[in-house]
Parts: sequence; structure tokens; C-alpha cells
Amino acid sequence: MQSRSLEIGVGLFLLAGLLALLLLALRVSGLSAASSSDTYRLYANFDNIAGLTVRAKVTMAGVTIGKVTAIDLDRDSYTGRVTMEVEKRVDNLPADSTASILTAGLLGEKYIGISVGGEEDLLKDGNTIHDTQSSLVLEDLIGKFLMNSVNKESK
Amino acid sequence: MSAENAYAVELKGLTFKRGVRTIFENVDIRIPRGKVTGIMGPSGCGKTTLLRLIAAQLRPQGGEVWVNGQNLPSLSRAELFDMRKQFGVLFQSGALFTDLDVFENVAFPLRVHTKLSDEMIRDIVLMKLQAVGLRGAVELMPDELSGGMKRRVALARAIALDPQILMYDEPFVGQDPIAMGVLVRLIRLLNDALGLTSIVVSHDLAETASIADYIYVVGDGQVLGQGTPAELKNSDNPRIQQFMKGIPDGPVPFHYPAPDYLDDLLGVR
Amino acid sequence: MRRKSLVERVRLLGRAGIDVVQAMGRSTLFLLSSLFGRSGLRNGSQLLIRQLYSVGVLSLPIIVVAGLFIGMVLALQGYNILTSYGSEQAVGQMVALTLLRELGPVVTGLLFAGRAGSALTAEIGNMKSTEQLSSLEMIGVDPLKYIIAPRLWAGFISMPLLAAIFSVVGIWGGAMVAVDWLGVYEGSFWSNMQNSVQFTEDVLNGVVKSMVFAFVVTWIAVFQGYDCEPTSEGISRATTKTVVYGSLAVLGLDFILTALMFGDL
Repeated sequence: MQSRSLEIGVGLFLLAGLLALLLLALRVSGLSAASSSDTYRLYANFDNIAGLTVRAKVTMAGVTIGKVTAIDLDRDSYTGRVTMEVEKRVDNLPADSTASILTAGLLGEKYIGISVGGEEDLLKDGNTIHDTQSSLVLEDLIGKFLMNSVNKESK
Repeated sequence: MSAENAYAVELKGLTFKRGVRTIFENVDIRIPRGKVTGIMGPSGCGKTTLLRLIAAQLRPQGGEVWVNGQNLPSLSRAELFDMRKQFGVLFQSGALFTDLDVFENVAFPLRVHTKLSDEMIRDIVLMKLQAVGLRGAVELMPDELSGGMKRRVALARAIALDPQILMYDEPFVGQDPIAMGVLVRLIRLLNDALGLTSIVVSHDLAETASIADYIYVVGDGQVLGQGTPAELKNSDNPRIQQFMKGIPDGPVPFHYPAPDYLDDLLGVR
Repeated sequence: MRRKSLVERVRLLGRAGIDVVQAMGRSTLFLLSSLFGRSGLRNGSQLLIRQLYSVGVLSLPIIVVAGLFIGMVLALQGYNILTSYGSEQAVGQMVALTLLRELGPVVTGLLFAGRAGSALTAEIGNMKSTEQLSSLEMIGVDPLKYIIAPRLWAGFISMPLLAAIFSVVGIWGGAMVAVDWLGVYEGSFWSNMQNSVQFTEDVLNGVVKSMVFAFVVTWIAVFQGYDCEPTSEGISRATTKTVVYGSLAVLGLDFILTALMFGDL
């Protein structure tokens, strides 16, 4: 009956291992059934994407609805071209929606926030968002601030 | 399987090399059926290698190994595993499976190769253990046995499948006189009672001579001499004389080959 | 006389190269013939269970204890660094990502090489030196199938599970330190973790890593045992080799796998 307790031990071990995997999947990574399986693709051109990276979140009203899958340079317009995968269930984005690059907290990661427009036409797979707002570049901001204060002094 | 063949094992022109070293060169050995044959020789001359060649655990570079009418080097791996059921081997250390008890060790070959019921297996195991006098030790683990008992259990395991050829690799090494006497008696007894062909590889002269019907003396990759124990004792071959009488210096020199002693001590570096 | 000529050195280098290639060839053949081909064993699952016990279950204590401590230390260190940026609620994310992507598979691989790998090598080497392997062969049982194959499979199966258990225990230990001791708000600890950890990116890649490590470490351990010189000296040398080669293989492969998975190559 030594082999019986052996088998129980192995059974418990296998169970614990599978349970651990399940925990990692559900509790730690927050995996849910309707995740990122069905998506459609949108493009957006930004003057400056500074700091945005692949796999960054795409959000609307603070809710994550997709992610950035590629970033490259558009040769003709000299702008940064961002490719996004947006979940299929969010299929009612008006064509004149705005995409802006935002920062989580002061030094946090960059992500894309989409705010809704008013047009009747909707964005479809492969469409491009034209109304964009570029990343906030701290150096430019400081530069402007200094210029302002210099101008004020001179007055 | 030619029953009329008087030899159970025949080695013809056997050549075996390990790297550049030649272990055997053109060796002919014939093991008579139903007898106890001793293979003797100084340590390190390849006696154990010879056993492994007969059991086809090693492949010779040249020559033939005939066992019961089959040439082993020409068989496939699967055929060899099948063929080995005719062999029983008693290894030097006993080679009991350390994670199984005595009963399971002896039962192992039966469980692998037969479809006997548990009761049948139990009866056979107890019979085999009775034959080696260890029926009482059936529940012990191998590390609870003395060296001599281990070898006897291993012997019971080796005869579990009723092999035709039983090989012993240095069965007498490191045994006290009583255990040695028991083993000598067992080898003879099993050979005669079961009608086996026994091959004893050993360098223990007195014990081997007392049970062997025929002895081969090997050394330097060759067969130095052969004959019954009595014939060998009276041989006039100096190498056999040295081996049989245990003379420290002779054709097998006391000194390992070296440059001249005086030169080495006094000479230029 | 003692000094070697240049030609002799070159010859030794060549010899060493040939030896390495030969060992690789032998180990590959060894692996293939253990895992494939007919086994003809009736009690195969019984053998596998026995090995799962000695390889997997017996490795559990060290994995659990190590995972707990590493998770706790990660939380402590992470908290100290993150708190100076005022973002200590990200400690959960840091602990989870570090464990899932790197430390879980790697430390499990290293501990596995030390605990189970060395035991496998020593056990098989011992079987070889006491002629148990030869004896199996003489009974007509292929030791590759009877001794080696169950151990290989047991290693392949156990290690990814051990790595998962390691990560879970580590995250739990991290949560204990961060939430109960350092006072990070529990909700933000878990939600931060869930937001940043992705199933395919992090969890699955970690599992793939641990599977690769399992394969390599078990292979090394079993082969070293089977190929060792059958003396007590040879066994101890083979055991050392298992731990050294196994650990180096884990660390080297970890870099390659990380570069492939997270390196945006």
C-alpha cells in the first residue's frame, strides 16, 4: 500500500500545479473569456509619438479597448504612424473621433486615449483617425514656459 | 538450435578493440554444453569483456559469436533482447535492483517476460529462493543483505526464467570462506540439477579449479592454454605455470615497463 | 619535455572538439531512442508515477520555500524603490511580472538542476556502477525504456508545474509583505497586477520557458548519469557536471528566450 500513498502524493502534486497555472491565468493576469480575440485595425498619424511604445493601451473614457501593435514612420507626411487593434465590440466609433497620446501620471507610461466625435459615419477596419493630438513633450513645454516668462519680463 | 552440437557457445576468430587497444585478437573458445567451464586470467586481461561479448552487450570488431546456433553479431537489437532470455548472468556486485525487495527482484524477469498469475509467480520465486537457501529473506531489501546473500539472491533471479546458459562474473571476489563454499556448491549443484551450461569467469584459482570441468586461461588478448584443471597444473607453458602457482615475477613481469632504473636516477633530465 | 609544442596544443584542441561533438551525438541518439520506439512495458504508468513522485513531489518543499522568500524579498525591494516615485501600488505588478517572466522559470530551473537533476544523475550512475543497467539488459529489458524514459517524462511534466507553483507562492508572499506588512492598498495591488499582466505575453511565455528548461535540464541530468564512468569518482564528477551544465544551460537559454519573446526582435 506504499504505492497508494505514492499515487495520492503525485495526484496532489499534479492538482496543485494545474491549480497554480489556473490561478496565474485568472487571478494574476485577469484573463477573461472575451479578451483580445476579436479585434479590428485602426491607424492614426501623430506629429510626435515620443515615448509611445508597442503594446501600449488604447483607452476610451479610461476603459482599455485595445492596444498598439506597430509604430512606424510615414515617409510622405513625415509623421509617426501608429497601428492599433481595437476590440470588435467597440464598433461604434464615429469617423471624426480624436486620438491623443496621454501619460499615466507625471512620469508614467504613454497610452492612447480616444474621445468621441459627432459624425454619423463610423470607423471601420483599416480606417485612419485624422484628428490627432500629439504626445506632450516635457522639453517643449518647459521651453514655452521659459519663453513666456522672458516675454513678460521684457514688457 | 542444433541439439547435436556439443558446444553451447563458440567464439571463432573473435577480435575486439577498445580505441586503439586490442583486447582480444583472433580468439577461439568453445564452451561445452552441460559442463562448468572456467575462464581464468590475470586481472585486467578482459575476462569480463569476454562475458559481455558472449552476452552481446558489446559488439566485436571481427569474428563470430555462436550461441545455440545463432551468430549474435548478425542479430538486430530486438532479436538480441529476445535471445538474452536464454542467458542468466550473475554480476560481480550482484546488481540487485535497489528499489525492489528480494521477492520483487527475483520476480522481475517473470513479470516482464511471462503472463503468469501472481500466485504462480509467487510459487516460482519461493522455489528459486529455496534453491539458494534464502526463502526466509524474501521480504528484505537488498541493502539489508550481506554480500554473499546478495549474490545468492542475484543467482535466484538469474535462474528465474530457467536459462540454458548461466554466466558468473567473478563470483568469489570479496567473499568470506563460508560464503565462498556456499557459492561453489551452488554453482555445481545448479549446473548438474538444471542441466545448465555454466561459464565462470574468475581469477580465484583454487575455487575455480575445484568446480570447473574445463578451463581456459586468457591473457595478452589470446588464449594461453586450455584443458582440465589437472592438465593445466602440469602444463609446461611458463605463463600458465606462473599464473597457476602465483609466482610474482616471470613472463608477467613484476615491474611495469620503465626506462632503465639507474639511468632514471642518475641520468640527465 | 613537459612543455607541449604548438602542434600538440592544436591536436589537443581538435581532440576536445571531437569529444564534444561525439558527446552531443551520443546524447541525441540516447534521447531519441529513449523517447521513441516500442517500449513493450506493461507497467509504464506505474514507473512514471514513481518518478513523478521522486522528481516532482520531493522537489516541492524547496520550490515552495524558495518561492515564498523570493516573492517577499521582491516586494520589499520593489516597495523601497517604487515608494520614492510615489507609485508603491505598482509593487504587485512588479512582483508578478518579475516572477512570471524571469524568476519563476529560471530559479525553478536552477533549483531543479540542483535538487532533482543531481539526484537523477547520481541514481542512474549508481545503477550503472552496480551493473543494474547491464543486468536489466541481460534480463531482456531495455534500460532506456525502463529506467531512462520514465525519468525524462517525469522531468518534462514536473518542472512547468513546479515553476507555476513557485510563481503563485512568490506572488502570495509578495502580497503578504506588501499588503499586510507595508500597508499597500490591497485593491490597487491586485488590480495593478491584473491590468499589466497579460496571459499570452507573460503567463504563457513563462510556461514555455519552463518547458524548455525542463527539457534541457532533465536531458542533461539523465544523460550524465547514463554516460558517466561507473566508479564512485565518475559518479561524483557526473553529478557536478549536471549541476554546472544544467545551471549554465538554464541561464544561457533564458537570455535567448527572453530576447525572442520580449526583445521585439
